[in-house]
Amino acid sequence: MPEPTLNTFLALSAVLFSIGTAGVFLRRNLITILLSVEVMLNAVNLTFVAVDRFLGTVDGQIIAFFVMTVAAAEAAVGLAIVIALFRHRETLTPDAFTSLKW
Amino acid sequence: MDAILFWLFAVVAIVASVLVVGQRNPMYSVLLLIVSFVALSGLYVLLNAPFMAVVQIIIYAGAIMVLFLFVVMLLNVRHEDDPVHGVSPLAITGAGPRRFGAVLAVVLAVELIWALRRIADAPFAADSPEVAARTSSVYTIGLRLFREYAFAFEATSVLILVAMVGAVILARKDPHA
Repeated sequence: MPEPTLNTFLALSAVLFSIGTAGVFLRRNLITILLSVEVMLNAVNLTFVAVDRFLGTVDGQIIAFFVMTVAAAEAAVGLAIVIALFRHRETLTPDAFTSLKW
Repeated sequence: MDAILFWLFAVVAIVASVLVVGQRNPMYSVLLLIVSFVALSGLYVLLNAPFMAVVQIIIYAGAIMVLFLFVVMLLNVRHEDDPVHGVSPLAITGAGPRRFGAVLAVVLAVELIWALRRIADAPFAADSPEVAARTSSVYTIGLRLFREYAFAFEATSVLILVAMVGAVILARKDPHA
């Protein structure tokens, strides 16, 4: 098996990011859409850490750490919004939330 | 050995992520995403970043995914919705927009791979032991985090505080309803 190089890691990360993007576009469930965003954030983290290893620094790891904390904040607020929306409409389809005010 | 582990973790991560997107039951999606995170954590170990691997498990698989699981169970949504009352199914997620979205995702994948093919292949340098020890130690990361990145760190703590207050206010029962 070929030894993994920086490009292998970047390609893996690109594939994961595309899967996440496809999830955001294709799914019609707010929770799954948020999960797809998490997949995309993880792909970006993998890029940071791989480049970090390539350059022999620790800055990429620190930035990936910040991405994780921001992801935690995003998940908390996003899920709170999902709960608030679900209270109004009893559904999670984005189609149900096309008006700004009801 | 490293190569075998890399391909193992990579395949697990990709398959789990595809299944996360493909599952109709959000419960399974969340659990499969945890599998994907564990595989990524293994990749971090291979990349000589054990701190990231541990934090990945503790924060992502431990905290964020528990939050997701909690909401999935709280809302008790079992399936991707059948047509909902009084909602036109063509608005955002109808067949046309979804097909367009699928095309966009494929275009993105092709573009990323096209860009990657243009970089020369770059094998990881064989680290000298002291470089490897430096970049994998929590001591180095901590020093850098609390010196050069001290402002970002403090800003993140404020962000988390704001997110916490926001989540409580957003999810609270509307007193006028």
